[in-house]
Order: sequence, then structure tokens, then C-alpha cells
Amino acid sequence: MSWIKITEVENIPVREGRSVKIDRNEIAVFNLGDRFAAIENRCPHSGGPLCDGIVSGATVICPLHGWKVCLDTGDILRPQVSVRVEVYPVRVENGVLEVDVPERQPMEDRSGVAA
Amino acid sequence: MKQLIVIGNGMAGVACIEQILKHQPAFEITVFGDETHVNYNRILLSSVLAGEKSLDDITLNGLDWYQQNNIGLQLGVRIVDIDPEGMTVTGDDGSITPYDKLLIATGSSAFIPQIPGVNKKNVFTFRSLDDTKGLIERSRPGMKATVIGGGLLGLEAARGLQVQGCDVTVVHLMGTLMDKQLDATGGAYLKSKMERLGVRVLCGKSTRALLGNGKVEGLEFIDGETIDSELVVIAAGIRPNVDLGRKAGLEINRGIVVNDHMETSHPDIFAVGECVEHRGTIYGLVAPLYEQGKILAATITGNKGPTYEGTVLAAKLKVMGVDVFSAGDYDEHSVPDTEVVRYEDAALGIYKKLTLREGRLAGVILVGDTSDSSRYMEWLRARTDLTAMRRSLLFPEPAGAAGDPGAGVAAMADGEIVCGCLGVTKGTIISAIHEKGINTFAQLKECTRASTGCGSCAGMCQSLLKAVAPEFEEETKKVLCRCLPFSQENLREIAKTQRLKSVQDILDIYGNGIGCEICKPALSYMVDVIWCGDHEEDRSARFINDRVHANIQKDGTFSVIPRIRGGVTSAAELRKIADVADKYNVPMVKITGSQRIDLLGVKKEDLPKMWADLGMISGQGYAKGVRMVKTCVGTDFCRFGTQDSTAAGIELEARLENLFTPHKVKMATVGCPRNCAEATVKDIGMVGQEGSWQVVVGGAAGKSVRKADLLITAETTPEAIEACELFFQYYRENGNYLERTYDFVERLGMEKIRKETVYAPEPQREKLLARLRKAKALSKDAWLERDTPVSPTQFVQIQPMEAVLA
Ligand code: SRM
Ligand SMILES: Cc1cc2nc3c(=O)[nH]c(=O)nc-3n(C[C@H](O)[C@H](O)[C@H](O)COP(=O)(O)OP(=O)(O)OC[C@H]3O[C@@H](n4cnc5c(N)ncnc54)[C@H](O)[C@@H]3O)c2cc1C
Ligand code: SF4
Ligand code: FES
Repeated sequence: MSWIKITEVENIPVREGRSVKIDRNEIAVFNLGDRFAAIENRCPHSGGPLCDGIVSGATVICPLHGWKVCLDTGDILRPQVSVRVEVYPVRVENGVLEVDVPERQPMEDRSGVAA
Repeated sequence: MKQLIVIGNGMAGVACIEQILKHQPAFEITVFGDETHVNYNRILLSSVLAGEKSLDDITLNGLDWYQQNNIGLQLGVRIVDIDPEGMTVTGDDGSITPYDKLLIATGSSAFIPQIPGVNKKNVFTFRSLDDTKGLIERSRPGMKATVIGGGLLGLEAARGLQVQGCDVTVVHLMGTLMDKQLDATGGAYLKSKMERLGVRVLCGKSTRALLGNGKVEGLEFIDGETIDSELVVIAAGIRPNVDLGRKAGLEINRGIVVNDHMETSHPDIFAVGECVEHRGTIYGLVAPLYEQGKILAATITGNKGPTYEGTVLAAKLKVMGVDVFSAGDYDEHSVPDTEVVRYEDAALGIYKKLTLREGRLAGVILVGDTSDSSRYMEWLRARTDLTAMRRSLLFPEPAGAAGDPGAGVAAMADGEIVCGCLGVTKGTIISAIHEKGINTFAQLKECTRASTGCGSCAGMCQSLLKAVAPEFEEETKKVLCRCLPFSQENLREIAKTQRLKSVQDILDIYGNGIGCEICKPALSYMVDVIWCGDHEEDRSARFINDRVHANIQKDGTFSVIPRIRGGVTSAAELRKIADVADKYNVPMVKITGSQRIDLLGVKKEDLPKMWADLGMISGQGYAKGVRMVKTCVGTDFCRFGTQDSTAAGIELEARLENLFTPHKVKMATVGCPRNCAEATVKDIGMVGQEGSWQVVVGGAAGKSVRKADLLITAETTPEAIEACELFFQYYRENGNYLERTYDFVERLGMEKIRKETVYAPEPQREKLLARLRKAKALSKDAWLERDTPVSPTQFVQIQPMEAVLA
């Protein structure tokens, strides 16, 4: 795991999300007013961009068909389905938002897993 | 038959008569009332002042009720004397009326402290309908008003005056508000809530004099400080009206003394209501008075037996958005060995406190969240042993699966009281629903009287109805969503009167502070229309389309529809569109169903550049706003054209473009009734005919197909366009968010719409048009945000500051 500096916190307006591409992961980062959150930017329903959803407390509502995703756990709260999205730890250091992303595994390892 | 005379046509007296009528007919009844109105709900005077109810809404028993029940009604007659020997009463009109039994139900009067200046003009009390009318008449927006007294009545008066537009201060003698019902902590929470509503609160202030020459101009306090005030309401308590009882020689203490059968010291004279004292207590709320009335009815009709043993008092503040409930003895110091359970969340403004004695509830205070009040009341009344529930006193285990709205009422026992004012239990309501076939809230009120007191149990009654009634019919007033339990009409009123200009403020003060995808966009539209540019724009509360001014597609890309007024374009414009499509590799260029061109599949970050290259304004194809005006070729080319529909359509579009509406507004103008641009199925249409235009509204050919209704026939094009504008602005102001005109015209009815738009008096029409012009002058092409984005990252994906080591 490694902390990646993303952007100055001012770049993410309160209660809005933005997408950021880190390596292969497209991540949606959210400013919740008193803290930040980061999840995978792909709605499990049909791939909707979660960063563009309306934030409601610690959840975001997918702009395409209204699935409701918990920003703390990645669980889908509406409808009741058991899939979830990835959640990434966040922190703010010197006014810069940082996200902890899994380090990319070497190619050979990946193929090993797939096999 | 024996004569029963009732003195006082108020809440307790008439409620007691209702109970007497349930027994075998024993009397011929005559009521004397010194007010000039039929029996009304005094409690709701607060709601009348706060604009939530009209005077007509608060009648409890109209004249027909008196007639049907053969009750003589003498309004405007004050009884000035009682002769207990001769058994007569004397009215201030000189009349002398004999009685066999006499019922005194004279209530109380506002207590007016002996402060110099209380007789000045614009000094009011708040007790009767006439007081309330006077306050509504005299208060003006911007006027400085002061309420002396920070109890229930004072705070409700303050809030009401504020709704009337006044700049209100509450002056309270004690250190904290509602000190009779709340401890100091609860009072402090309440104070900050009132202050958030914009009411100034001064505690620990004793008024020395009311200043001013004839008319009140200010107040002077004992500490020497003065404040300006052009209107003063004295709400410093009430005093029981016992003079008549005294004249009749009854035993009087602070009130007319009655025993447990509700008998006074004289065998033929009875008393009920705020004027009586029972076991040393005088009650100032209706619930105990109604209980007294039931007992008295039994006694007076010769069915003596049931006794009145006193009531646990419960008080609820009726200020929208300020939830306060208090019952029983909440003071842990009044009796030794009292335990206290407390919960506080200062950020949310929630404070709950329970006092317990011997494992039973003794008192409760709830501020900020009163949803559990009926459960606590039941514990108080039934003296429930709480030992087994000690761990969940403040947080009940949810009775059903989370989100089951019926769980709350399902958890209530049958004997539990739903309507505290009238003492109606859950069981009574359920059997009434079954036996009387009740399906609507109105029927339920009529039949059980539940929710005809302070009305705060309305929500619970409705959930019960919903759960039990076979064919429950929802009230027409629907709440916006669960975050914010008010109808949109109510919310518009709140935003206006409370001067709330941001979505978050409304959510914080009246909702759950969080909001969701339903209420946030609705509130965004609401504050924008009400404050017309003076609101606080909060993009986070807008749907993505309204943040980036394009319509999101199934793959997360966007579509771009430039405005092509009236569907009329040019070779040069088409060439520009073609160039842009090439430059940005637009996957599909499509002629839309609305005579325009759609560039589909555009990446978010390309939007600003494309708009700049196009040099056209936004067609608002993504927004709840002005879509297109479709036109036909009209007189210019068509052999049947009677009106220049093309020019009229372009003009109409230019006048309304860039404005937002509750839902999308689609328009069309056609040159003759052949209707080639489908004007009769548009939200607004103009249909040309020889020498005039028919202006039609409320049409649709989408999810539902509806032929538009005729608004008016106009002789000239400017008149026709003005009619369109009047309807357009009226819909903007009165439509609910996401309500298309096809639902709007059915909800309001064309007659009302015509009356308030095209047939409205000139000044009213002018005002409607002036508000439209103001909004139009402030409106801008949304695509100009390409040069001045609201946030630096509005259209772009964020680039991480450091790359990841692969
Ligand atoms: C592009 C277009 C279809 C086309 O290729 O021609 C279109 C496309 C969409 N329409 Fe439409 N409508 C289009 C003309 C119409 C028409 C015909 C008309 O305007 O004359 C209608 C019927 C007329 C009416 O609205 O009364 C129409 C009735 C709807 C409705 C049903 C509205 C209703 O209450 O009945 C929706 C859904 C809604 O608004 O809730 C809708 C919604 C949509 C949305 C915005 C769905 C969405 O939320 O994403 C579609 C966007 C596709 C996209 O990705 O851009 N569209 N839609 C037309 C754009 C017109 C324009 O230039 O702006
Ligand atoms: C603004 C306001 C808000 C309130 N809110 C609540 C609330 O939320 N919950 C609650 O439980 N209670 C509330 N109350 C209190 C409630 O209204 C009273 O407890 C109730 O009205 C008392 O009933 P009553 O019949 O004893 O007195 P009243 O309703 O005052 O009736 C007495 C009537 O007798 C008339 N009368 C007096 N003397 C004579 C005479 N000599 N001859 C002829 N007529 C006479 C009076 O003019 C009056 O019409 C509120 C009161 C006010 C003013
Ligand atoms: S009819 Fe309209 S909403 Fe339905 S698929 Fe076609 S464009 Fe989309
Ligand atoms: S893609 Fe997110 S709800 Fe359909």
C-alpha cells in the first residue's frame, strides 16, 4: 500500500466528488465537509460514474439509475444487493488530499493469481 | 325539560356539551359566549398567526351543529351576574335567564402585569380570535415587535409575528425559556433554536415600562437598557376567570374549587375548564379539560360515578422546526432519589432527559426530536415498570426491519394514546376505521375527533390509517421526502418567511441536515425562484446535468444540444456544428424530436471547448428549464398560414430562454389549427387562427398524452406572448419541483389559473411579469461557465500530484 498525493483539498468542493485516475484505478474522491472519502468510480449496476452523484450524508447516489452507495464501507444500500465497491483510505497532509492505493502487483504475480 | 345554561362558548364548555349529548337527553341547553364567533379551536390561533391555517379552518362546531342539537346560542352576550337563590343569570344586554343547572366554563384571561404603559396602542394580548386578527392587521414586514414572556404562548406568538414579517424579540423574566416545562439545559437548546429561526431572545430581563407617546415605541428594562419596538405582545401567563363564581358564592381558591365528580360547593352549579381548580391544580391545556368534561357530563346527567383524578401534564411547542415536548416532573431535585437519564447532541440540537423514580418514569424533556413522545406519555400514564427496559430507554429497539414505516405504530399498544389532546387511543382509532369504514384523514377527524386539538398527532393518525384502512386515500398534501417532512407548498412558505436562501440552511433547520437526491435539487430550484438570484447557489445540491450543463448518458459521457430558436438555422450555423462534430470526434449527430441538433457522446472535459467553438447558447436540453419552441412555417411560406408562427415562436423562445422551471417546459407555435408543430400537446402552445391566437397550456405527448387546455384567445401576437409569459411565471412560482404542466393544471384547475394570470387585476399581472423580467435580466447562458467555472475542477478529471511507481 502507498499514500499518493492527489490534489489540494480546495479542488474538491464540499459535498461534491471528483474522479482521479491512479495507475489503473479510477477513483472517486469526495469532500464530505468534515472529512474526505474515496471509492472506486464505477457503479456496480452499470458502470455509472459515482463521482458525479449527489452526496447524501456519507452516501452517494449514482447519477444514472439511483443506486445508493455507502462511502465508508462501499456497500450498496439501495437496492439491497450484496455487491460492493472498493473503498480507499484517505488522509489530508498539509492541505493535500492523499489516498492509499494498493501497489500494483508485478505482471507475473497477476497471471499467477488468474491461473 | 330542565334548563341547562352554559356560560362560556370556549373549548372546555362546548366539549363538555358534546359529552352531555352522548347521555340520555336531560336538558334544554343554552350557551352564552361573550366572543362573537362560534366554537373554535383556540389552540390553533398560533397556526393562524403563523399563516399555516386560515380563520375558517379552525371552527370546531359551526352554527349547523348548534341547530341540529337544539342548542340555544347567545353570542356576544356577557353574563355579568348569577343569582343562585332565584336561579337566574343576568346578561350585559339586560336579559335575565332562569336555569335549573348552571355550568361555568369561563376559561381564563391573559394576565397583564402592572407595567406603566400597557394601555398604549399596539400593545396586545394573545388569547382570542379578535386578538389574533388584530395582530395580523397591525403587524407589517420589517416592523420591530417584542413579545413579553418566553413560555409556550410567547414563543408561538413570536414565531407567528415573524412569519408576518416582523423583526421579533422575546423578552423573558427568567434565566431560560419555557422554564415551567424545561430545565435550564433544555431552555438553552430551545433558545439557540429560536435564534436560528431569527428570533432574538433576551432572558433574565424585567420590563419596567413600555415607552412611547400614545403608541408604543419601545421597552425599558429594570437594568436601564431600552429597546425599540412598535408592537408588543404580552404573554406573561393567564388568570382563571372566577368573578362569576365568586358572585355566586362558590368556594374559590385560585380557581373555582371542584371535587372528583366535578361538583362545586353549590349543588346546581358546575364548572369545567381553565377556570376550575381540582386538587389544588389549575390546568392550562385542553387534554385535562376534556377529561374533566367527560366526568362532569356523567355527574350532571344523573350518572354520577366516574371520578376525575387529575392528569399528567404534557406540553408540546407548536413552532414549525422547533420540536419541544415536556411532561410530568422533569426536575430531579424536587424529590429525593430521583434518577436521571440524559442524551445530548449539541451539533444536532437534540436534548433528551428522563427522570425515574422507583423504576418508573416521572418526567421527560425532549428538545430537537420529539418522535418518541407518545411512548413516554404512555409510560407516564400507565406507570410502566421500566426495569427490564433500562438499557434502551432513549433508543428503542426498532420494532421491525429498518425502514419499515409501519413499525412505529405497530409497536404501540392498543390502549396507548395517539391524540393527547382528546385522549383518543390507538384501539379506538382502529375500531372506528373498521366499524365506520373510514378511509380518509378528514373522516377520521370527524368521527373520532382525533387530531382536532393541537394537531401534532396528525402524522401518527395517518400512518395508522395507512396501515389499517382497506382503501386508504392519501391526503392531497404530500411531503417532499423523508429528509424533510413538509409539502413543497409548505417549504416555499418556510423559505420565504424564514428568509432561508440556501439548501443546506433549510435542511439544517427543518430537515435532517443531510438531504438526498430528491429534496436537494427541489430545494435548489425553490431558493433560486424565491430569491431570484439572491440565493446561495450550491452546486453540490444539483444533479450532475445542472453542474456541467449537459445531459449525462449511459456511458458517463454527455450530450450537447445548442439552442436553435424556433428550429430555424442557417447554412453557416450548420457548418459550424459539422466542424465541431469533426474536431471532437462526436460519435453521433442527431436531429432531435424537437427541431434541434444533438451532439451525443461528448467527454466532460471537452464540453467547455466545444461550447466555445460552437459559439451558440445552451439549448437547456439537460435541464428542468426552457426547452424549445417548435414552430411551423406559417404565413411566410405555407398556403394555409394565418399567423406568422415562425417569428412568434422565435420571439417567445428569446423571451424565456435561459430560465429554469419546476420541470421542463416545451412549447410550440403553429400558424393554423392543422397544428404541424404539435402545439396542442405542448406545455405552452400558440395556435394561430384568422385574426387571433389561441393560447393553450398543460399539453403533453410523453409518458402521458394530454391535450392542452385553452388559457385565452388573444387578438394580437404581443397579447398572446404575454399570456404565455403570465402562465410561465405562474408555473415557475407555484409548480412543485418535477411537476410537469400537465399535472400542474390538473392540480390547480384552469379556472384558478386563469383567474390568477390572464384575468388577474392589472397590478397583479404586472407584478407577475415584473418578477419574470427580473429573473430574465439576471439569467445567463449556462455555457458561459466555460470561461468562469464555479470551481476550478468543474469539468476536469483531477490529475494526481504524483505519479504512481509502476
Ligand atoms: C434527444 C431526444 C430524443 C431524440 O433523439 O429526438 C430526447 C432524449 C431524452 N429524453 Fe426526451 N428527448 C427528446 C424529445 C422528447 C419529446 C418530443 C418533444 O420534445 O417534442 C418528448 C415528448 C414530449 C414531452 O416531453 O411532453 C420527450 C419526452 C421525454 C420524457 C417524458 C416526459 C413526460 O413527463 O412525459 C422524459 C423523461 C422525463 O423527463 O422525466 C424524457 C427524457 C429524455 C432523456 C433526457 C432521458 C435522460 O434523462 O437521460 C433523453 C436524453 C438522451 C441523451 O442521452 O441525451 N423525454 N422527449 C429529444 C431531445 C429534444 C431536444 O431537442 O431537446
Ligand atoms: C394561542 C394559544 C395557543 C394554545 N395552545 C395550546 C396547545 O397547544 N395545547 C393545549 O392543550 N392548549 C393550548 N392552549 C390553551 C387552550 O386553548 C385552553 O386550555 C382552552 O381553550 C381552555 O378552554 P376553556 O373552555 O376553559 O376556556 P376558553 O377556551 O378560553 O373559553 C372560555 C370562553 O368563555 C368566554 N367567557 C368568559 N367569561 C364569560 C362571561 N362572563 N360570559 C360569557 N362568556 C364568557 C370567553 O370569552 C371564552 O370564549 C392555547 C391557548 C392559546 C391562547
Ligand atoms: S424515448 Fe427518450 S428516454 Fe426513451 S430511450 Fe428514447 S431518448 Fe431515451
Ligand atoms: S449505473 Fe449506477 S445505478 Fe445504474
